[in-house]
Amino acid sequence: MKVDRRSFLGLGLGAAAGVAVTPATWKLMDDSSIWTQNWPWTPVPPAGEATYDNTVCSLCPGNCGIMVRKIDGRPVKIEGRSDYPVNAGGVCLHGISAIQYLYDPSRIKAPLKRENDTFVEITWDEALDMVAERLTEIRASGSADKIACVTDQTKGTIPGLFARFLKATGSNNVYAMDTMEKTWEITLEKIHGGRSSAGFDLENSDFVLSFGAGLIEGWGSPVKNFKINSSRKERGSTLVQVEPRLSNTAANADVWIAAKPGTEADLALGIAGVIIKESLFNSAFVTASGKGFQELAAVLGKNYSPEAVAQTTGVKAAKIIEIARDFARSSAPIAIAGRGRGMSAGSVREFSAVHLLNCIVGNINTKGGVWTLAAQDYEKWPAVEMDDLATAAFEQAPLDSAGSMAGLFTNAGKEKNIEALLIHQANPCFALGDAGSVTEAVKKIPFVVSFSSVMDETTQEADVILPGHMLLERLEDRPSGAGVAQRVTGLSRPVIEPLFNTKNPGDTLLELARKMEGTIGASFPWESYEECLEAVTGDLWAELSDQGYAAETATPPGGGVKVDFSFIVKSQAPVEMEGEAKDFPLVLVPVDNVRISAGSLISSPFAIKTVSDNVLKGKDLLVEINPETARANKLSHGDLAVIETPKGKATVRVNLFEGIMPGVVAMAKGLGHVLDNNKYVGGKGVNINELMGPIVDPVSGLDAAWGIRARLSRA
Amino acid sequence: MKQDNHGKNHKYGMVIDLDKCTGCGSCMVACMSENNVPFKEDETRKKDSITWMRVYKLTNGKPFPETEICYMPRPCMHCGGKGDHGHSPCVSVCPAVATDYDHSTGIVSQIYTRCFGCRYCMGACPYHVRYFNWWDPKWPEGMENYLSPDVSPRMRGVVEKCSFCFHRYQQAKDRAYVEEREEIEEQEYQTACTQACPAGAITFGDLNNPDHAVHQMVKPDPHACGKPRNPKAFRLLERLETNPKVYYISERDWVRKAGDNYLEGEWEKVKNNHDKGHE
Repeated sequence: MKVDRRSFLGLGLGAAAGVAVTPATWKLMDDSSIWTQNWPWTPVPPAGEATYDNTVCSLCPGNCGIMVRKIDGRPVKIEGRSDYPVNAGGVCLHGISAIQYLYDPSRIKAPLKRENDTFVEITWDEALDMVAERLTEIRASGSADKIACVTDQTKGTIPGLFARFLKATGSNNVYAMDTMEKTWEITLEKIHGGRSSAGFDLENSDFVLSFGAGLIEGWGSPVKNFKINSSRKERGSTLVQVEPRLSNTAANADVWIAAKPGTEADLALGIAGVIIKESLFNSAFVTASGKGFQELAAVLGKNYSPEAVAQTTGVKAAKIIEIARDFARSSAPIAIAGRGRGMSAGSVREFSAVHLLNCIVGNINTKGGVWTLAAQDYEKWPAVEMDDLATAAFEQAPLDSAGSMAGLFTNAGKEKNIEALLIHQANPCFALGDAGSVTEAVKKIPFVVSFSSVMDETTQEADVILPGHMLLERLEDRPSGAGVAQRVTGLSRPVIEPLFNTKNPGDTLLELARKMEGTIGASFPWESYEECLEAVTGDLWAELSDQGYAAETATPPGGGVKVDFSFIVKSQAPVEMEGEAKDFPLVLVPVDNVRISAGSLISSPFAIKTVSDNVLKGKDLLVEINPETARANKLSHGDLAVIETPKGKATVRVNLFEGIMPGVVAMAKGLGHVLDNNKYVGGKGVNINELMGPIVDPVSGLDAAWGIRARLSRA
Repeated sequence: MKQDNHGKNHKYGMVIDLDKCTGCGSCMVACMSENNVPFKEDETRKKDSITWMRVYKLTNGKPFPETEICYMPRPCMHCGGKGDHGHSPCVSVCPAVATDYDHSTGIVSQIYTRCFGCRYCMGACPYHVRYFNWWDPKWPEGMENYLSPDVSPRMRGVVEKCSFCFHRYQQAKDRAYVEEREEIEEQEYQTACTQACPAGAITFGDLNNPDHAVHQMVKPDPHACGKPRNPKAFRLLERLETNPKVYYISERDWVRKAGDNYLEGEWEKVKNNHDKGHE
């Protein structure tokens, strides 16, 4: 066939018309556009009925009410519970991230035992038998007092079961992290006498003088304090923040006072001196309740004049006087201590100096003041049955007399050996100062049992792992803490069947007790943890199980309070940093970053994603220094540098920030986790606890370290 | 009193109180969790880190101890474009109608299956709210179980951005329809970030509705495309006439000044002159 111009055009047009008219073309185009965007690896989340379940977040002592959005029974999102007395709808980023903690594939999915350098999966029976046998052996050899247990906190029935288990075994070595709550308890005991815990009625205070407390860094009950802070303006309340660095709290405060780090106690005493000198104190309260006031006034007048304090703290004398007047003239002023999140103990000198301010204005057990709350006593435990072995061993002195977790591991490296260690929701190998030495001490312990659901630094050293349920899978009562004035006990309830072969640590302990010899089993008469919880919480159970929480009305404790001012005169020695100024000219301070979880909780991938690239860049942590410090050390923004302290050194990058005092280096806490199976969070940054060491407070015996001398040089 | 946008149209918008924002990051994570935003191993290269809601840190640039900082959450501005006619910078340049302006809500949509990844919209957006999927999203095994069916996960090669949680609007509308109601209440449609914010810094609602908190907070001027009449309120890059539906409030002068770029001496002339319309 001859193709001439006419037939060529005709055929061409015909073909074009054919292609245009036939549905095949359009069908194929449609299919291909759908196909190119329907990659099988792009998940299509299954639809289903949406429901909500209420529970209580147990990731920090704040205990917020949360609701879990579920699709066909599958939890997909966490939101704040708006009718909950603590958080009233708000929720922090770590709470929302609980959804990632739940499904995290790096969770421990079954009981494990160590074999050489790896872990092998075993059954629950094998695991419990192993632990029971070993603990029975230790008991039989008369070393029951060398069994120790570390938990995240001491309140609540799960920590209660741990303490009970240890007591029945014959050990009084139960330790929780050294926090500001402990130091407040000791401070209140020294000044007022009697055991009580501190509650801060910040909601009703019109002047908050915070000595480094990160009210919006997560101090105390984080979301509650965010809410209280954000209503400050409407309530006409003033916030003054004392801190060497412009933290988020300092930035949000009405007044930021940059005192030299470690001089907070001096500043507080200076302010108190002005209040006393100008007779702005509550004389009625002081005369009625105080002891040793004249002596204190004389010491403050002599050693803590505004000029002298200005020298020590770097805060102008006029500013000290101004703050003192504003504080004393407010109707409900409150002074608070506990740096950052309050997850470190701090020194009793500092806390008592701060609390002195509350005492001289008479704002104790009043609306908008500091409350001395009696211990919460809803837990009704039957007596522990102790056999002769247990009774004898229990009378031995504890491994650390102050009950300090930092002290326990310092001692463990020395003569007092721990034979067995039980770890529940604590990560001392990461979270304690001088983490390297703590890890060495833990490695030396012959038998370590972890109840963790994630392979954290301490669990990696365990011999047996009895993995626990995660939040959303687990039942647990959450008693109030964290310095809140109104006590709310929450009930954390399972909203999903456990995803893996894990157990509630309460159940694990009950089963373990039954496998032990002697009278130990007899002290644990409950069939299950749920039954135990119901029995132990007694009268509170109905309310707890009904509405998910039990709230007390917020009323200040009555019955007057005594003040022993002479204690404040006695505790005068400041807690010094480790290191010599000539070798280490800078001061390294750990900083709580609200988006990074420190302590036993490891940050989620969500949380790490929100961290600024001025804090974490690639795998490098950035330390924050003033441009002036940078010039003196010949560094510029983003430079690689080596930071060195008496405890160790690390390579970091430099972030220049005008809002930090020259000479101070700030480093975020909570980074530098070693997690082999979690590349989203592990291996990023440096753990500041490898550069810091514990310093024992002379009064409390707790770790009072707040900083360490350091030097910084170009890498 | 329905002022513009023809009859019963809504104009959903957001007011963020920068003096209340603490920079805690709850809004960012609430958004990621609500909208199936993925994460990858290294999220510190912020240019390719997908965050529909991102919190920026501003400083006043003064030396210690006069330094101040302010955190600024930044969702999609859902611009109405010049004259508030719906010609948002991104909508105007999209060759695929993958992003469009909904006149009934004022929300700028993003339809992932239409987007073919030319990224014109990213170039056009003055607020950097749009993110390109350079890689396919991958959730660690098991974590895809937390994905919500209300928002489809995106694939490699498409642009995504904040939708003002539009699926929540649809759900509220559905509920109202079933209950035979015409209108939805203010509290029935709230974005995930608003709901999560522990400081109560974010307020969301219908800017056209005088009963809604957002309207009362900024007092949008109907004759100047919703320019705030509250002198403490401002919008980002106001002079571009993009007419954003996200307003910021701050008592602090330097923070409001940071909302736009000013020549020397220019700010002094405009700072207390918010009532004036466009020059």
